[in-house]
Amino acid sequence: MSLIEIKNIHKSFGNLEVLKGIDFTVEKNTVVCLIGASGSGKSTLLRCINMLETADEGEIIVNGENVLNTKDVNKYRSHLGMVFQQFNLFNNMTVLKNCTIAQMKVLGRSKEEAEEKAMIYLRKVGMESFANASSTTLSGGQKQRVAIARALCMDPEVLLFDEPTSALDPEMVGEVLSVMKDLAREGLTMIVVTHEMEFARDVANHVVFMDQGIIAEEGTPEDIFTNPKEERTKVFLNRILKK
Amino acid sequence: MDFSFEIVWKILQSSWPSLLLGVQNTLLVALSGTIIGLVIGLVVGGLKAIKVDESSSALVKTIKKIYDVISTVYIEVFRGTPMMVQAVFIYYSLLKVIKWSPLVAGIFVISINTGAYMSEIIRSGIQSVDKGQTEAARSLGMSNIQTMMMVVIPQAIKNAFPAIGNEFIVNIKDSSVLSVIAITELMYQGNKIAGSVFRFPETFFIIACIYLVLTTITSFILHLIEEKMNHTRTSFPHSDSTSSSISLPRNGKRVK
Repeated sequence: MSLIEIKNIHKSFGNLEVLKGIDFTVEKNTVVCLIGASGSGKSTLLRCINMLETADEGEIIVNGENVLNTKDVNKYRSHLGMVFQQFNLFNNMTVLKNCTIAQMKVLGRSKEEAEEKAMIYLRKVGMESFANASSTTLSGGQKQRVAIARALCMDPEVLLFDEPTSALDPEMVGEVLSVMKDLAREGLTMIVVTHEMEFARDVANHVVFMDQGIIAEEGTPEDIFTNPKEERTKVFLNRILKK
Repeated sequence: MDFSFEIVWKILQSSWPSLLLGVQNTLLVALSGTIIGLVIGLVVGGLKAIKVDESSSALVKTIKKIYDVISTVYIEVFRGTPMMVQAVFIYYSLLKVIKWSPLVAGIFVISINTGAYMSEIIRSGIQSVDKGQTEAARSLGMSNIQTMMMVVIPQAIKNAFPAIGNEFIVNIKDSSVLSVIAITELMYQGNKIAGSVFRFPETFFIIACIYLVLTTITSFILHLIEEKMNHTRTSFPHSDSTSSSISLPRNGKRVK
């Protein structure tokens, strides 16, 4: 059984139909990269998966349960990690507190347990020496690494990345991508919206190309990057890879 | 009858105990009014700023709508009428029912009056907090209330601190209108002293000076607190090279 099964998702904002019937599945321990031009609906799809946006119709089946009917959205969300383009670390907390607060308040872990876990993941992303720093003093790349650690602390079944490197200065993109590569190697299930084609090609098990609210083409990185079938996939890749 | 500093000195010598009592009550009323007002503002403004989830039941949505109307009426009524009128109206209307002392009534009036202003201050403070903060908290599974209490409101208070402090200073001055219901605060004591020595200019020169001292000291203390809030926890280890691009907040400037 697939971990996530998405069936016929539609989402409109006012008169603008952003998602026009999306179907795809995510297998456990795989990395799915969503690529496509801005405005193609990638981020909206990701936000629908963790219910930050409510899909108008369709089904999102996670572990056999349609989450659009779930009573406890908070509990469902706690099984999903999300990493945002703008990092969104809590500005009023230290790095450590950022990583422990949800563990304590949502999962009911003790302070000691939460801090122990937080330090494990901060070490993993190379930020353990910043545990007591205020989150507002970090650079973009550091913030994003902490944001990844914060999400991992919840032991998510799947981690969603919404353009995690798009707001970073070029020299900081590498440090975040290398953390993500490590996670992929360890078998964490990830859905990544990205403009980093090299990352998608190297790390993804499955690549989904979206265009104007539908999935135009999907397949292995090989299929998409080397032998794209659709004309619009070719046009998009040509445009983005030439840069 | 010319203004005479000699008489100012005489009044000070003879009336300092009443003046001191006045200062005490002014500070008591202003401080408790601001604190209770802030609590009211946090509750009223906080609930006002909460957006009901699209997926919530019709009942929740209706309750929220009714609440929004009631809170708007409260805020408009208390911001739209003079506190002096509120004080007289509320004190005498409820006197038969609860037989309260002017001081209690005064604190009650200034609290709900300040609460109306604070509600708007808190609401706009909450709206000034980046939406991403809420989304991050919700994505971790935190509830609406937890997100508000632990993430949004602490930042809203920090953002709104200058406006909150300003309410305190305003209250020190505006509590003078409560003399109308015979609270023995500074203005009331001024009237009493002036009446007994029959020297209005000198007496109210003293009263004005005391108000000025109180507000100046308060504004200085508020400034210190603000500095402190902006400078705490900005220390961090200088270890790797990526930290070179970090700019530290300086000179008490607000850093977002």
